[in-house]
Amino acid sequence: MVPNKTMTYQTIIGLEVHVQLNTRTKLFCGCPNRFNPDEPNTQTCPVCLGLPGALPVMNRKAYRLGVRTALALNCTIAPFTKWDRKQYFYPDLPKAYQISQFDLPFSSDGWVDVVLPDEGDAEPTHRRVGIIRAHLEEDAGKNVHDESGRGGDSRVDLNRTGTPLVEIVTQPDLRSAAEARTFLQELRLLLLYLGVSDCNMQEGSLRCDANVNVRVHTDDGHEIATPIVEIKNLNSFSSVERAIEHEAERQFAEFQETGRKLGEVPKQTRGWNADRGETTPQREKEEAADYRYFPDPDLVPVTIGAEQVEAMRAELPEPPAARRERFQVDLTPYDAGVIVDQGRAFADYYEAVAHTCEDGKLAANWVTQDVLRELNDRDIEIGTFPIDAETLGTVLAKIAANELTTKSGREVFGVLLERAGVSPADVDDVVEELGLAVVSDTGALEGVIDAAIANPANAKAIAAVREGKQQAVGPMIGQIMKEVKGADAKVVRAMLIERIENG
Amino acid sequence: MSASETTAALLGRLERGETTSTALTESLLDRVAQHDESIGSFLTVNGETALETAAAIDAKRAAGERVGRLAGLPVALKDILCTKGEPTTCGSRMLEHFVPPYDAHVVERLRAEDAVLIGRTNMDEFAMDSSTENSAFQPTRNPWDTSRSPGGSSGGSAACVAAGFAPLSVGTDTGGSIRQPAAFCGVVGMKPTYGRVSRYGLVAFASSLDQIGPFAHDVHGAALLLEALAGPDERDATCIDRPVPEYTKSLDEPLAGLRVGIVPDHFGEGLDGEVDEAVREAINVYAEHGAKIVEIDLPHQKYSVAVYYLIAPSEASSNLARYDGVHYGRRAEEYTDLVDMYVASRSEAFGPEVKRRILLGTFALSEGYSDQYYNTALRVRRLIRRDFDAAFEKCDVILGPTTPTPAFGIGELVDDPLAMYLNDVYTIAANLAGLPAISLPCGFTKSGLPIGLHLQAPPFEEEGLLQAARTYERTTHWHERRTGLD
Repeated sequence: MVPNKTMTYQTIIGLEVHVQLNTRTKLFCGCPNRFNPDEPNTQTCPVCLGLPGALPVMNRKAYRLGVRTALALNCTIAPFTKWDRKQYFYPDLPKAYQISQFDLPFSSDGWVDVVLPDEGDAEPTHRRVGIIRAHLEEDAGKNVHDESGRGGDSRVDLNRTGTPLVEIVTQPDLRSAAEARTFLQELRLLLLYLGVSDCNMQEGSLRCDANVNVRVHTDDGHEIATPIVEIKNLNSFSSVERAIEHEAERQFAEFQETGRKLGEVPKQTRGWNADRGETTPQREKEEAADYRYFPDPDLVPVTIGAEQVEAMRAELPEPPAARRERFQVDLTPYDAGVIVDQGRAFADYYEAVAHTCEDGKLAANWVTQDVLRELNDRDIEIGTFPIDAETLGTVLAKIAANELTTKSGREVFGVLLERAGVSPADVDDVVEELGLAVVSDTGALEGVIDAAIANPANAKAIAAVREGKQQAVGPMIGQIMKEVKGADAKVVRAMLIERIENG
Repeated sequence: MSASETTAALLGRLERGETTSTALTESLLDRVAQHDESIGSFLTVNGETALETAAAIDAKRAAGERVGRLAGLPVALKDILCTKGEPTTCGSRMLEHFVPPYDAHVVERLRAEDAVLIGRTNMDEFAMDSSTENSAFQPTRNPWDTSRSPGGSSGGSAACVAAGFAPLSVGTDTGGSIRQPAAFCGVVGMKPTYGRVSRYGLVAFASSLDQIGPFAHDVHGAALLLEALAGPDERDATCIDRPVPEYTKSLDEPLAGLRVGIVPDHFGEGLDGEVDEAVREAINVYAEHGAKIVEIDLPHQKYSVAVYYLIAPSEASSNLARYDGVHYGRRAEEYTDLVDMYVASRSEAFGPEVKRRILLGTFALSEGYSDQYYNTALRVRRLIRRDFDAAFEKCDVILGPTTPTPAFGIGELVDDPLAMYLNDVYTIAANLAGLPAISLPCGFTKSGLPIGLHLQAPPFEEEGLLQAARTYERTTHWHERRTGLD
C-alpha cells in the first residue's frame, strides 16, 4: 500500500459491556454479593471457592434481574436457556471454568436508542444501536499483584467470584469514540433507572471492552476494513473515549504502513494504558484460546413463559429517553436532559415538585439550580436531601401565586434546608415565622408609605415623580420593603405612585 | 459375634439390647486390624471417632431417646465423599492432604440417621477405572480370592462389606462402579436413579452420570441405606424433589405379574460360560415364581461404551481442571512460572488413567471436534434412553449379567485399558439413561468366585426394583455365603 495523504477513515465500534447485578447473594451460592476489597476472601463458601464436590444452584433473582435488563434493551427473551462452561486456567478462576452462556443466551436481538449531541447548530442525531445478545455469567475473582517492584507473590481475592454479570454485546453500530461514550452513558443511565446495578465503574460493577476497526476510504473510491482489535477493561467513560480515539488513529497509521486488511491476521487483544495514552498488545497466548464450551451438567436449563415475560415487561420503569421527551413538553431539551441524567430518583423528585406547584418550568429552575447546587455542596444524593419534594413544591406554589417573592422563597428554602423534614403543611408557619408573607394588605402598607412621602429626604424624588419620572420612585420602594418584610414590590410601587400623583 | 451378620439382624440385636454399637464397632475394628492388611479396603480407619459416636448412640438408645434408622450401625464411606475435617483423597496424590471444610449431603444424612462412620475406603483414582488397582496409595484385593481384583472403582467399599469389616458401605457409580465390584465381591450394590441422591459433596468425576449408592450383604441392607441416603437437597440442582418411599417396609410385598425383560444380545459373545449359566438359572427362578419373561430390544445399547467414553472423559476433563495447584491440593515444588506450575503440579499428581481420560475429554470437547464427538454422543445418549422407555412399556425390570466375567486377576488388565472398559459393557447404559439398577449375588464359579445378577428399572422405580431383587433373594441363598476370611 502506497501511503496516500488523501485517504480518510470511518471508525467502527462494537461494545461488550459487563454489568454486575445488585442481587443480595451471588449467582450460584448464598454468599453476599458486595464489593469488599479490604477484607479479601471473607465472602466465600465451598461453591464459589470451587472446592471438590461443591455444586452451583442458580439464583432465580439474578435471572429475573437479567430478564428485566434484557427487556429494557428491547431484547427477545428465550423461552429456554441453559448454562455452559467456558474453560480456561487462571488463578482468579478457581474451578478453571466460568459458568456462562454459549449458544443459547437467555436474550438476544435488542436495541438502545441514543441521541448524539451534534457540534454546532445542527439537529441532534438519533442512533439505534443494535444489541446482539445479553447473557448471564459469573464474575471471576481478582488477582492482586505485587506492585512494589520487589517481585512479591501475587495474591487472589475470591470475594468477587460468582457475582452475577450480564454481558451485553452490541452490534458494530457506533461510529466514533464520542458516540461510544454517549452510548455507554445512556446505557448506564438506563441500568440505573432499572435499578439492576449500581454501575460503579471505579468498583468494576460496569466494565467495558471495545471492538474497534476502521474503514479506510481510498481516493480511488475503495473501502478497506482493518483487522478488528478488542480493547479490554475500559473502566471509565473517558478511557472508553480516549482508548477508541487512539486505537482508530493507530490502526489507520498501521494500515498506511502495512496495508493489512481484516481477515489477514487473527483478532488482537490490547489493553489501555491511561498514563501513556495508548493501547498496548495483551495476552498474546490467549488469542488462540479454545474455551471448549459445553453444557454445564450440574445445572438444569431455565424456562420462562410468555405471560411471565409480559408481566415483567409491564413492571419496567419509563426509560430515561422517554422521560426526557415527556419533560420537553414543559422544558427545554437541555433542562429535560439535566434532570433525567441525574438519575431516576432525581427526576422523580422533580416530577413531584412540578406536580405540587403545578409549574414545570419553575420547578425545573429550582431543582436544577438550588437543589442540585446543595446536593453537590453537601455531596449527597437526592434520597437524603433534607427538603421533601412536596414541601418544596408547596413553597414554589406560593411563589407562583405571588404569595411569596422569589427572594423570600430562597430564604424559606435556606431555613427548610437547616431544619430538614419540614412537612408541606408546616410551610405556612415557616413563612409566617420569618415574616415573609407577601403584604398585599394595603392597610398595613399605607402608614409606612405615607411616612415615606412625608419624609423630607424624599422630597426630591417625589418632585421628580410628579414631573413624570416614575423610575425615581425606586429608592423609596427599597426603604418601604426594608420596613415591611414580605411586601410585594409591585404593589408598593403602584401605591406609592398613586399616592404621590394624587397627593 | 459374627462379623458378617446382615443389617436387619444387627439392628434387631441392638434394639433388643443384646449388643451395643460400641461392642459391634470394637469387634469390627479388631477385624479390620487383623485382616485388612491382606485386603487393603480402607485408606483411613476412624477408630476413635467411630467409638465415640457409637458410645453416644448407645447412650441415646439406653436413655430411650429417638434414634435414627441406622442407629449404631457402622458404615464405611468411599474416599470421594467430602467429610468435614477428614482427608478426602479420591485415591489421588492430588488430594492426598485435602481436608474438606464441609460434609457431603449424604454424610450429613448418615450422621442424622445415627450411623457410625467407621472409615474411608479405597478406590480407583477419582473413580476412574474398574479394578481398584488404580489407587495412588494401594491396591484392594478381593476377599474371596486375594489374587483377584474386587472390581472398581468402589472396590474398597465392596470388599469391606464382603470381608465383614462393615455391614454397610457407600460407593459411587458412574459407569458401573458400584455394581461391578458388588458382583465381583458377592454383595448387593445399587445405583439409584440419577437425581435420587444429592451429589453435593461427592467429588465429581462425570457430573451427569455420577450417583451415590449403597453396598450391603442383602437387599434389605441396601434398601435401608438407600432410605438414609436418598431425598431432595436444594444444594444439588439435579437432585429431584420427590418423596422417598420406605423401601424396607414394602420389600417383601408379593410381586404379582412381574414382567422380566431379557435382552438376547446380553448373552452373546464375550460372556463367560459360568456367568451365562448362573444368570440363565436366575431367569428360571423368576419364571418359577410366576414372573413373565419377555424378550426386549435395546438397539442403541451397542453404542453405550463408545458414548460413555466420550461423555465421561469430557465432563471429567472439565471437573478435574480445578486441580491446578493454586488454591488447594498438590502444588509442585519446582516451577518457573504460572503455566509451568500448572503443568508440573498436574503432571506429578495425576496417575496415568486420569491423564488418559483428561486427554480424551479435552480432545473430544475441542473446537472443531465437539460436534463430531461430544454432541454426537449426547444425541446417541438420548436414543439409548428412548430404547429403555420403549422397553419398559413391555417389562418392569430388565435382567442380565452385571459383568461379562467374574473377578479378573490383579494386574491382568492394567495394560489393556480397552478390555478394562469392556468390563462395564452391561452397566454403563443405566448411567447414560439415568436408571436405577442393582447387582445381587446369583451364584459362584467352580473356583469360588461370586457372580452378579443385574436388574434395571425405570427412573424412580427403586421400590419395584428392590422388591424384584428381594423376590429372587428370598428363594435363593447366595447372599448368605461369606468369605473364608475368618
